[in-house]
Amino acid sequence: MELLVSEAKLVSGSRWLSFYAAGVFAFLYLPIAVLILYSFNGEGVGGFPPHRLTLDWYRILFADGPIWDSVLNSLQVAFAAMLISLAFGIPAALALERAQFPGKALFRRLVLLPLILPGIITGLSLLMLFNVMGTKSSLMTIILGHGTSLISVATTEVFAGLQKLDRAQEEASLDLGANYWQTFWRITVPNLKLSIIGAALLIFTLSMDEIAVSFFLIGRDNTLPLEIWGRLRRGITPEINAVSTIIFVFSLVAIVLWYRLRVRGEGRAEVGLEIVEGMEGNAI
Amino acid sequence: MFSRVYKTTVTLPPLLWVTVFLLAPYLLMFCYSFWSVSASQTIVHSWSLTNYGQLLRVDVYWQTLLRSMWIAARVTIFSLLLGYPVAYFLSFHAGKKKDLLYQLVIIPLWVSYLVRAYAWKTILGSDGVLNTLLQYVHLTKHPLEFLLYSPFAVVLTLTHIYTPFAFLPIYAALEHIPRNLVEASHDLGATPGQTFWKVVFPLSIPGVVAGATFAFVLSLGDFLAPLLLGGPSGIMISNIVVSLFGAAYNWPLGAAISFCMLLLVVGLLVVSERLEKKWSFS
Amino acid sequence: MSSITTPATWSTPTPHPTSPSPLLSIRHVAKNFGKNVVLQDISLDVAEGEFLTILGESGSGKTTLLRIIAGFESANAGEVWMGEERLDRQPPYRRRVNTVFQSYALFPHLTVEQNVAYGLRVAKRPEPEIASRVTEALEKVRMTAHAKSKPSKISGGQQQRVALARALVNRPRLLLLDEPLSALDANLRRQMQVELKSLQREVGISFIFVTHDQEEAMVMSDRIALLRSGELEQVASPREIYGCPATAYAAQFIGYTNLLNGHIRAGIVHSGALVWQANLPDGPALFSLRPENIRLAAGGAAAPGSVRVCGKVRAQAFHGATELIRVECGDGLVLVVRTPASGGTLGDVALEFAPTDAILVRQSPERI
Repeated sequence: MELLVSEAKLVSGSRWLSFYAAGVFAFLYLPIAVLILYSFNGEGVGGFPPHRLTLDWYRILFADGPIWDSVLNSLQVAFAAMLISLAFGIPAALALERAQFPGKALFRRLVLLPLILPGIITGLSLLMLFNVMGTKSSLMTIILGHGTSLISVATTEVFAGLQKLDRAQEEASLDLGANYWQTFWRITVPNLKLSIIGAALLIFTLSMDEIAVSFFLIGRDNTLPLEIWGRLRRGITPEINAVSTIIFVFSLVAIVLWYRLRVRGEGRAEVGLEIVEGMEGNAI
Repeated sequence: MFSRVYKTTVTLPPLLWVTVFLLAPYLLMFCYSFWSVSASQTIVHSWSLTNYGQLLRVDVYWQTLLRSMWIAARVTIFSLLLGYPVAYFLSFHAGKKKDLLYQLVIIPLWVSYLVRAYAWKTILGSDGVLNTLLQYVHLTKHPLEFLLYSPFAVVLTLTHIYTPFAFLPIYAALEHIPRNLVEASHDLGATPGQTFWKVVFPLSIPGVVAGATFAFVLSLGDFLAPLLLGGPSGIMISNIVVSLFGAAYNWPLGAAISFCMLLLVVGLLVVSERLEKKWSFS
Repeated sequence: MSSITTPATWSTPTPHPTSPSPLLSIRHVAKNFGKNVVLQDISLDVAEGEFLTILGESGSGKTTLLRIIAGFESANAGEVWMGEERLDRQPPYRRRVNTVFQSYALFPHLTVEQNVAYGLRVAKRPEPEIASRVTEALEKVRMTAHAKSKPSKISGGQQQRVALARALVNRPRLLLLDEPLSALDANLRRQMQVELKSLQREVGISFIFVTHDQEEAMVMSDRIALLRSGELEQVASPREIYGCPATAYAAQFIGYTNLLNGHIRAGIVHSGALVWQANLPDGPALFSLRPENIRLAAGGAAAPGSVRVCGKVRAQAFHGATELIRVECGDGLVLVVRTPASGGTLGDVALEFAPTDAILVRQSPERI
């Protein structure tokens, strides 16, 4: 069966397009690939071509005390931030998806603003707040900062999950005699399980990687990104390549997990677009 | 499902948090911008417009703001030029691989900013991968200096970081276009190229506006890339603010600039939303 | 259904299907999606100026066939010719074929006027020509008042008319309509059937109309192509298909019918308790008998040559001018009979029909 002329034309047109797209993908991933490659490079950062392949930098990394302290700090912060974000983000999502109340539009914009706002503004405004309240910068302030920024992520994720929820299930529960509270715990939350887990995963990852807001709220104890940042200011060492590679791998795994959880929970993979809608202030 | 009690339990906690940790800080920042700093490095709560006056009069602030906007504009344009074709390819030509490719695009979105900025730093330096590669294949004799510690490096890095941000809303908009419109256009005699310009692109404009806004706003407020890669010529407005909160110790002035940035961002968001509504047809 | 009377104006003679040069010639077209075979060996000719309906259930392949003609799918085997040219070698935007989509597919960012002008603009016709042709097209579908509106602001029925104008303004040689009336409510639908038919007569273009509604097909078509599981069951005028169905499926799909299983021996048909003469070869046979061809017999002897049977009425369905009654005649024979509405409940009845009204049909092979 011969090719339709139209199909032939489409193929050549889309061939250029696919080359271009491949180019963009290369642009997005090559720098990271280089970074990973050079974490094994005996001669350190830079210098082409890479010479001795070695695991030295990783060995040095694992012996590096301050780095592990900062990892511990980051984990604590991420965990706490996750709890805060979910605790306030889930009700916010419920409020936006379910209830009508005066000032809802303003509420929506406020909750979602940190998604689109540059971190410096969030960070500085909180710094001024803590200064006026007399609170010293510490891990606590960082936790509060992360929590504030990431409530918006929890809200958009759970909101997307709520939209896919069949309202009739909750109505059936009420019809059968359960009150709102019981219905919430027996029906709504289990159905949101995947959204919530996905949101938690995403928030945890973002918090571990967060640097812009943390920059202004840092006290004595560093988080991992800030620890790395500090070293960068002093000079590049290939150890940083090693830790960056590890961060990248962990983030990659976490994000892919999050994606799969969301797809499983909601079927169609328009996953991630709810964040866009949050930023545009549209769907919500 | 909307008893009073339910509504209150559900809206109050987030509302409180947002008021305490978002609204109040902004208001505070607003107040700070009117204060000034004394010679002994303490904050004086006298109310005046001096800071704003300084903003308008002192050249460095103006020029840096304009330079920042110019950098942000370039990042936006490049992000769109990179992001749109990929979004179009994924939406209309990717077929079975669409899901996988989509994941590939959004993964960099969430992976550490620091990692990516650092990667470019190691690549662009005079001893970096790119320069040594070029010398190795004898394309250049000496390292190219402009690659690092320049606006070029900042634009390049920020484009790398914000292209997925530009991609997402464009992809969302393209996915929303019913495929039968494309078929109808072909049916009426338009080639795929004509169909793109007459039907697909106009319907994707809200996504383009959104993507442009994200890229612009986020790069405008960026201070990390300039610190890592910008050098003296790549300083952006946020770096000035950072130093005002650091070594240059003038919180009120910093607050004034920050607040202006906040207004600018909110203003851009409002304009962008209007534009999107105007160009949305479904 | 039989309450619809056909206006005299519609009783135009059917264009001869094998007239010298058919406009469109589909030759042995087959299509499958992976393992799923959608069309098997379809051959069909469409004449100039003809209103042809492709009738079938969902899954019969009718939309796929239409899309192959339009150019949105390519067949796995076979050819499509328009006049002297191979149509299936051309991309959709080169074919002199236009489509009215089921969902209308109006461009939301363009006004009604701009939508209609689209094909002309793309062909780079001069502006004055575009303006006059668009005006003319809008007048034909009575949408002139809404020329400057956007599609989101007009009703479904109005959108459908705009879609029609947008296709017709390009003066295609063939117009394809993919279930264009399915989204309309019943009254509007009937009205549009009339309008579409007269529009087709007016412009003289061949229409290929796809629907699953057999009533619609009969009302509008010059010929019907009945499609079942990817194969053509019968292609004939509505009267022909109704009066002389080729297969049991055709007999049942279009209108109501009774299927009588029987056996022929020496020119006599035996079907259960029924016996009649028929000049047909020996062997098993299946007959289609339309409910309106069975009469309630008056008492007394059977009319000469007619077949008589008695039975008990089990159900009566009121259809307005007529009634449909189910009669159990013993030996497992159940007949559905259409009679004028009696106004009462019937009990035991005697039924009569002429042997010539029992049409021999093929049993269609079982299709998945």
